[in-house]
Amino acid sequence: MVGVRNKLREVGLTMPSFLWLSFFFVVPTVIVLSIAFHAASPDGGIAPGFTLATWRSISNPNYPAIVWRTIWISALTTFFCVILSLPCAYAIARMTTKWRAAVAGLIMLPFWTSFIVRVFAWRTLLNPEGFLQGLLSSIGIIDQSVSLNYNSGAILVVSVYSFLPFAIMPIYAAAEKFDFSLLEAARDLGARSFFAFRKIFLPGVRRGVISAVLMVFIPAIGSYVIPDLVGGTDSELIGNKIYQRTFPDRNLPHASALAGLTAVAVLLPLGCVAWWMKRQDEREAKRLAEATSRRISGGAA
Amino acid sequence: MKKSAFCIVILALVLVFLYLPIFVLVGNSFNAAKFGGEWAGFTFDWYAALFSPRNREIWMSFKRSLLVAAIATVVSCVLGTTAAMALNKWKGRLQTVHFGLIYTPLVVPEILMGISLLMMFASLKIPCGLLTIIIAHITFCISYVTMTVLARLQDFDDRITEAAYDLGAGGLYTFFHVTLPILMPGIVAGGLLAFTLSIDDFVITFFVTGPGADTLPLKIYSMIKHSRQMPVINSLSTIMLVLTCLLVGVSRIVANHRPHRHLKTTK
Repeated sequence: MVGVRNKLREVGLTMPSFLWLSFFFVVPTVIVLSIAFHAASPDGGIAPGFTLATWRSISNPNYPAIVWRTIWISALTTFFCVILSLPCAYAIARMTTKWRAAVAGLIMLPFWTSFIVRVFAWRTLLNPEGFLQGLLSSIGIIDQSVSLNYNSGAILVVSVYSFLPFAIMPIYAAAEKFDFSLLEAARDLGARSFFAFRKIFLPGVRRGVISAVLMVFIPAIGSYVIPDLVGGTDSELIGNKIYQRTFPDRNLPHASALAGLTAVAVLLPLGCVAWWMKRQDEREAKRLAEATSRRISGGAA
Repeated sequence: MKKSAFCIVILALVLVFLYLPIFVLVGNSFNAAKFGGEWAGFTFDWYAALFSPRNREIWMSFKRSLLVAAIATVVSCVLGTTAAMALNKWKGRLQTVHFGLIYTPLVVPEILMGISLLMMFASLKIPCGLLTIIIAHITFCISYVTMTVLARLQDFDDRITEAAYDLGAGGLYTFFHVTLPILMPGIVAGGLLAFTLSIDDFVITFFVTGPGADTLPLKIYSMIKHSRQMPVINSLSTIMLVLTCLLVGVSRIVANHRPHRHLKTTK
């Protein structure tokens, strides 16, 4: 009787969220994937009958270029976010507790303001008559005729800006637990600062770096607002294409196939990271087991 | 400590990078120049324009945003709290699947959730509007609330509820008078997160919105895209910025408030 009641209570507490997410997350995902195997009907709906035509039309030369550009810009965004986050995380972790909370708060504060407004602010900033254009051309870094807005470079800058807090926070969380006396020990043993940073600090915050990579790369792949507001016609990303196929063109099967492609672009690196982390854990466990058995057998001898 | 100095310089530059667009935006909201290229004198005109009847639509969309966020927060807090309690208490196969259901929405790009919900509403012939927006917001908020409450549950001592049972309290009584008060800071933190995510969401809302159901981010987007009222967006953004700072400040104070003190005094 106690077992049955316990089970009933488990089901009762689980079902609300379980059913909600099954119905509004799993079912829609299945529907999207199945729509990609149908043809579009002329009235903007979905025609009955199974077809691979949608997938074939996706392999037309236009799309691989867009997919490739999306992955490339997301990868660059991730790279710059991590490269900038490492020294920041290091600097914050070495501060006193009071300073740490203040600086971490300062980094997160922009994240609490409207995302769309921040992208809009960059659009104003990169405007041909804007602040940055004037500053950079008066120093002589760029020509007055060069456009800062509406190209892949603008997408990259604004993406790094938008996702940077998501990279700094996990790396900082890992750096906070890092034992900084290890770095001093390395330096005492003659290691150069940068060598110690690379060989000791970087492996020490490995897990933070991995979650930073995922936190930046995944939203970057699906980004729509940034390429739409600061990108140009020759720097469209997959997110823009999904929108175009859904609304102006009203070709739902096409949009679904593109969504499927985006899901693969996200799941592939996610799977690789999961596999890599599992292997690292197993190696660590094995090394520990070997070291222990060696010590035991050494002690017995 | 050369290394440390180098890192602090990078950190300072990153902070400048993070705040530069925000300063420009706040500055331009007081700038008389229409396109914000150069300083043309101080003005409150854009704030006045924001409150003029011509821009009534902005405030209606803001009200709509508040309504959506309030409903999404309450529902996702209930669903997220029950989910977290189940995940914390039981560890069987059902909970493994349950955890997968909760976790996956966190790693799926927003645009995918938006388009899949749209496709479902389209195939079920449900007209898009405020209702579909609310459903979508609840869906992505549940995971965040669950994770926040789960973190709080991790240092929850089960013996407290057992003690309540031993003293003769019933299940519901224990839940409302013992478990819930202890979990409250976690639920409030999760609810605040859900509220800010909901009120700021653009991509998912953009896909599932219908005629006359624009929320504030959608309204701002269409102003950026179609109208030339840029300075009004600046003044609106500045007001929102100040409001968010106040909200974050208040939530900090709430988060630092120790609920255990209440337990001690009633003992």
